[in-house]
Amino acid sequence: MNMRAEIQRTPAEAAIVDAFGERLSLLPGDGAVMVKRDNAIEQIKAGLPTRRVESWHYTDLRRLLASVPAFDASAEAKPIAALLEGSTLLSIVNGVSAATPSVDGVTFQRLGDKLVDGSYAPALVTYGIDDAVGALNTAFVADGYFVDIEDGAQVEKPIELQNIQAGGQVHVRLPVRVGAGAKATIVERQTGEGAGLVSSVSQLLLGDDAEVLWLIVQDQPETATHLAQFKAELGKNAKLTLFVMNAGGKLVRQEIIVKASGEGADFKLRGVNLLAGDSHVDVTMVLDHTVPHTSSTEVVRNVVTGRAKGVFQGRINVHQVAQKTDARMACNTLLLSDDGEFSTKPELEIFADDVACGHGATVTEIDRNHLFYLMARGVDEKTARGLLVRAFLAEVIEELDDETVVEPLEELLTSWFATHA
Amino acid sequence: MLEIKNLHARIAESGTEIIRGLNLTVKAGEVAAIMGPNGSGKSTLSYILAGRDDYEVTEGDILYNGESILEMDPAERAAKGLFLAFQYPMEIPGVATMEFLKVAMNSQRKARGEEPLKIPDFIKRVKDAASTLEMDFNMLKRPVNVGFSGGEKKRAEILQMKLLEPKLCVLDETDSGLDIDALKIVSDGVNALRSPDRAIIVITHYQRLLDHIVPDTVHVLYKGQVIKSGDKSLALELEENGYAGIIEEAA
Repeated sequence: MNMRAEIQRTPAEAAIVDAFGERLSLLPGDGAVMVKRDNAIEQIKAGLPTRRVESWHYTDLRRLLASVPAFDASAEAKPIAALLEGSTLLSIVNGVSAATPSVDGVTFQRLGDKLVDGSYAPALVTYGIDDAVGALNTAFVADGYFVDIEDGAQVEKPIELQNIQAGGQVHVRLPVRVGAGAKATIVERQTGEGAGLVSSVSQLLLGDDAEVLWLIVQDQPETATHLAQFKAELGKNAKLTLFVMNAGGKLVRQEIIVKASGEGADFKLRGVNLLAGDSHVDVTMVLDHTVPHTSSTEVVRNVVTGRAKGVFQGRINVHQVAQKTDARMACNTLLLSDDGEFSTKPELEIFADDVACGHGATVTEIDRNHLFYLMARGVDEKTARGLLVRAFLAEVIEELDDETVVEPLEELLTSWFATHA
Repeated sequence: MLEIKNLHARIAESGTEIIRGLNLTVKAGEVAAIMGPNGSGKSTLSYILAGRDDYEVTEGDILYNGESILEMDPAERAAKGLFLAFQYPMEIPGVATMEFLKVAMNSQRKARGEEPLKIPDFIKRVKDAASTLEMDFNMLKRPVNVGFSGGEKKRAEILQMKLLEPKLCVLDETDSGLDIDALKIVSDGVNALRSPDRAIIVITHYQRLLDHIVPDTVHVLYKGQVIKSGDKSLALELEENGYAGIIEEAA
């Protein structure tokens, strides 16, 4: 007998379970997909994770997810302009994908089609028992895009995968395969209008010698719940730079699950989290170095204003065979208000004995010496603070070292500051 | 131009009194040197003039063109024409020097009700000022003072001073960390700013700098007070005999 089943469901849990019953006949998928959905909803029925679950300790989803909006097929929204100039734009509006463009060396498919024919069923796997994001998404996922970049393709135009919510529920998946030696820039844009509930799972398979810059830009309205997962596996000598910017949302969980499983693989995570109002933003990373000679660096910078709460959990597992791993992690936070909060939990689990691993975390206010210096040159306090906060974040963005990417990201910073600071 | 009257000030955090009844008057057009042994309050005085809030004024007043500046924050003082060249200029990662210069110049212009500088005009001014100080323009593309040598930081301070055209310049130990060639360049930069409507206060340990920037008046600071004032010959006397005699005389 399952004791947890007797726990009284929260309104949100009840709404999810009820919605599944109502939606079931509308959800695409063959028998294999439907079995995955059934298993996933059972996981939800057992209860959303609470702070007693270690990986959810700072984000008590059961308590924080106060309500769940209904699906709203009639809600309207429009695609927005791509972040980077000249991008190939693929939009999902209110959970529904559109006709796919044609690009040399790249195959796009609507994910709904791959659910209907069951070809996507094997990829519907959750990440362990505590994977509430994966379970919620597996139960309800109805669409998205599947992107396949063939071996050796040098995709010059950035590909933007845009997920626009319209206030109801949206559950999408964005699987991308990048063939051996291929090169691409992919923008994952998560935004919309209204108090939506979004779950989004990205899965990146990076072939040997492939090189990808993946940008996640999340600027949901301050009423939205955004539960996202980015999973990647890196082949031999593959290089992945993942840049994450969170600049919105009421309740946000961005999970990053990366396996460096080919020798010579290199993973870089650069993150900028801008927290305002009473938002709760959690970035949780689990990185596995499973073979020798892989490297990773993570730099996450956070700015907290208002009563916002932020979380960064960074777990690096260095497997026993993964000798010569080089892993460095840093999480730096500027707390700009007395009521803001930031929790950071680095975890290194190292089973190999010949590695170089390190981590550091700081939580500070603006450096008073820097502020005095700028003001002594006539810069008023508000402008001086703005300059220093921007500088703190811009350092991470400018590291991307490509004007066509840096400039649009810095513009997002500017517009965030214009409304929030 | 500057009148400091019976100034008492302490470190805000610890309450330690550093300035104990200091009086000093500096007129427009004057170059005043402030000398004194270590710990006499020279740098503290410069910070208090600039408005650093680590210090608390408990008594007395500072009048700048007849107006008390004690209630003004550092930015307001700077906009009124006060400039402190730091002994240890701050490194500010992430803020490009050019951006910083532009924001500083335009902030002061704005406070004075002037139009912001046009970009080409701004760049020309910076280039001209940098070349007179023999500074590499490319250095200014780097973040403020980051990776600058001690001498480069001091030059950068004088560059800012030239660009901001202040009315009252306070130079805190500008000679420290400079080799003889750099000292000459920096001194020439300061001398070029001498004018009848501008006052310059030079804080220094050594006579050396005063060979290049010749002062009109010299004031000896000891235990937070000016214990003796004179003309440039006072500095030479100090160089020869040290502070002991003057301190004894004042006691």
